[in-house]
Amino acid sequence: MPNLITLIPFQGTKEQEDRLREAIERHKGEPGATMPVMQEAQEIYGYLPEEVQVIIAEELGVPLTEIYGISSFYAQFTHNPKGKHKINVCLGTACYVKGAGNVLDKICEVVGCEPGGITEDGLFSVDATRCIGACGLAPVMMIDEDVYGRLTLDKIQGIIDKYR
Amino acid sequence: MSTVTVKVNGMPIECPSDATVLEAAHLAGIRIPTLCYLKDINEIGACRMCLTEVKGQKGLVAACVFPVSEGMEIDTNSKKAYDARKRTLELILSNHRMECLTCVRSQNCELQALAEEYGMEEVRFGTPKEMEPDIEQSTPHLIRDNSKCILCRRCVAVCKEWQHAAVIGPNDRGFATHIGSPFGRGLGEMACINCGQCINVCPTGALTEVDSATSVWEALADPKKHVVVGTAPAVRATLGEEFGDPIGTNAQGKMVAALRRLGFDGVFDVDVSADLTILEEGTEFIQRLQNGGVLPLITSCSPGWIRFCEQYYPEFIPNLSSCKSPQQMFGAMMKSYYAEKMGIKPEDIFVVTVMPCTAKKYEIRREDQSSVNGLWDMDETITTRELAKMIRKAGLDWASLPEEEYDPDFGEFSGAAVIFGASGGVMEAALRTVVEILTEETLPKLDFVDVRGLEGIKEASYDVAGTTVKVAVASGTQNAARLLDKIKAGEADYHFVEIMGCPGGCINGGGQPIQPGSVRNFVDVSALRANALYTADALMKMRKSHEVPLIKKLYDTYLGEPGSHRAHELLHTSYRQTPKYPGLDADKNEN
Repeated sequence: MPNLITLIPFQGTKEQEDRLREAIERHKGEPGATMPVMQEAQEIYGYLPEEVQVIIAEELGVPLTEIYGISSFYAQFTHNPKGKHKINVCLGTACYVKGAGNVLDKICEVVGCEPGGITEDGLFSVDATRCIGACGLAPVMMIDEDVYGRLTLDKIQGIIDKYR
Repeated sequence: MSTVTVKVNGMPIECPSDATVLEAAHLAGIRIPTLCYLKDINEIGACRMCLTEVKGQKGLVAACVFPVSEGMEIDTNSKKAYDARKRTLELILSNHRMECLTCVRSQNCELQALAEEYGMEEVRFGTPKEMEPDIEQSTPHLIRDNSKCILCRRCVAVCKEWQHAAVIGPNDRGFATHIGSPFGRGLGEMACINCGQCINVCPTGALTEVDSATSVWEALADPKKHVVVGTAPAVRATLGEEFGDPIGTNAQGKMVAALRRLGFDGVFDVDVSADLTILEEGTEFIQRLQNGGVLPLITSCSPGWIRFCEQYYPEFIPNLSSCKSPQQMFGAMMKSYYAEKMGIKPEDIFVVTVMPCTAKKYEIRREDQSSVNGLWDMDETITTRELAKMIRKAGLDWASLPEEEYDPDFGEFSGAAVIFGASGGVMEAALRTVVEILTEETLPKLDFVDVRGLEGIKEASYDVAGTTVKVAVASGTQNAARLLDKIKAGEADYHFVEIMGCPGGCINGGGQPIQPGSVRNFVDVSALRANALYTADALMKMRKSHEVPLIKKLYDTYLGEPGSHRAHELLHTSYRQTPKYPGLDADKNEN
């Protein structure tokens, strides 16, 4: 799944930037400093937007292309902030054979964004996850901490609307 | 150097102990196919085209990176290796948009050549006929079509290792992997320096220059246009390669004949404005040296370097010579001096240059490159490769073309101008003039050999009329960055610095004939090409810019003194800092 680029404007704070620069300072000069810095940056901001990657690139003296090459390669990094409500659709084996792929498509259609993406108003983000351990309820999704099981396509709209 | 003896297909071969299997095979006269491998630049063993059998090794080895050892037995053509390579090739082709007949690289494509060599009559893993072009074109010089990209990463490597730009890289993962700029940005939103080195190393048609020949053909067909052409110093040293001449053949005479037959109304040499550059830049240097101006003075002939300086090292902008590049001086002189001399309106003159360079396509539309009546100095610029295509399209038989001379109005120049095409050439040309002006004596020896050669950074110092003048020469913007860092750190205090954007200078420019990896990896292409220029210089009667009668005449009758008001209007320009992340800056301005 390609790593999508966010449409949400960057809203990083001074405090976040200070923490990022402190993390960079701590790792600078270490061999292989890029990955830990990127991981900490993602913890600080929740994602790795271009503005954050430019700071990492400039401070570590590593080209932006290399930072982005890493962030777009590894599934652990995301270029999108999470929405106010985080929708996670299980694509584990049991859910998948019970039609979770169609559920994911339907959710994306209802909220209006791609898997891995965020809606333009920032209300929802949609991700596909591995097994969340509720196979008996397949297909399953979570919205924030709420679990919804035995999903059918006609239930999706109603569930989503509860969070609007 | 210590050596080892290995057996290649049963033949004993002595080779350096640090050689690779690929190099050992080369010494044995056997070419192992490669795609991703570029010596010293991209040694990643990724494409698997060079898989070769080595006795005692568990699997096949990547010959390009596998080191030899004493007694090693190499079998380059075992069935196992052959089958593996063919399978690799099939897999690459299954994801390559094959439109070979209409591809710009047809007959000069490393992938096509291998497909032919390996008898690739079908691709078992699906036919890529339905693939759509995947075009990225956001700069004045480059078109990327990722549907033809084989992910060899040579472009990525030269952009980073040679040019210190690193504006492209591999993005995403698995089948989605593609070469591009971060965050889906176009190259035009990155600090690309337009050097075109990526084109020169691309094994396929994934990277090509933006076409400029079409508008030249149109101008030539327009009876109202007076179309003139000027050729850069380095083009004569390479054009012959496009027609099968050995690398390093000086094709000046045939090139002039070909241009005349293509229908240009004036066939001139940009070398004349290279001589003008020496007079202007030399004067600027002497003034800075004597009046406490900003030093080192850094040359400004190479638009790739200028772009690099403006984006990556803006603190050195005050060091840049205010001289336009020779190409831009040529355009300005055509639309002023030449127009007046011929009694033609500048509007009716269409000025074309043939350049070893893709950054020139960017330069002709830079701001502050317009001197006469608000007209651009230059109308169009084509690369050496594009000229070769024009010659073929016109059906000119290269072998039977005579050797002809440039038209005299702008065709008399010095050997100093000819060597502009090689790294160190501008410095040497400038020294020949500057030293004679400062010492008021004739130089006993004109060869400043310390600044010649293909090392990335060259340094020398000369005693000139009691002053020690320290000079440095760098080519390739990675070397430029190293040199500038040294100056910034106070580790060096030069007076005069030459920087060329491409490694080796214009002879290895991004618009030059493309030599495949199989040649580049074993032949010093730049050295052979440079040799053609230094040989031409050595044979010339006039080897100093300030002694060329035409140059004297241009100053006496038109420009006045070097550095005069009129010279400044026509031959000088300005620079300004531009952002290193232009795309991100643009976004911010929008918001």
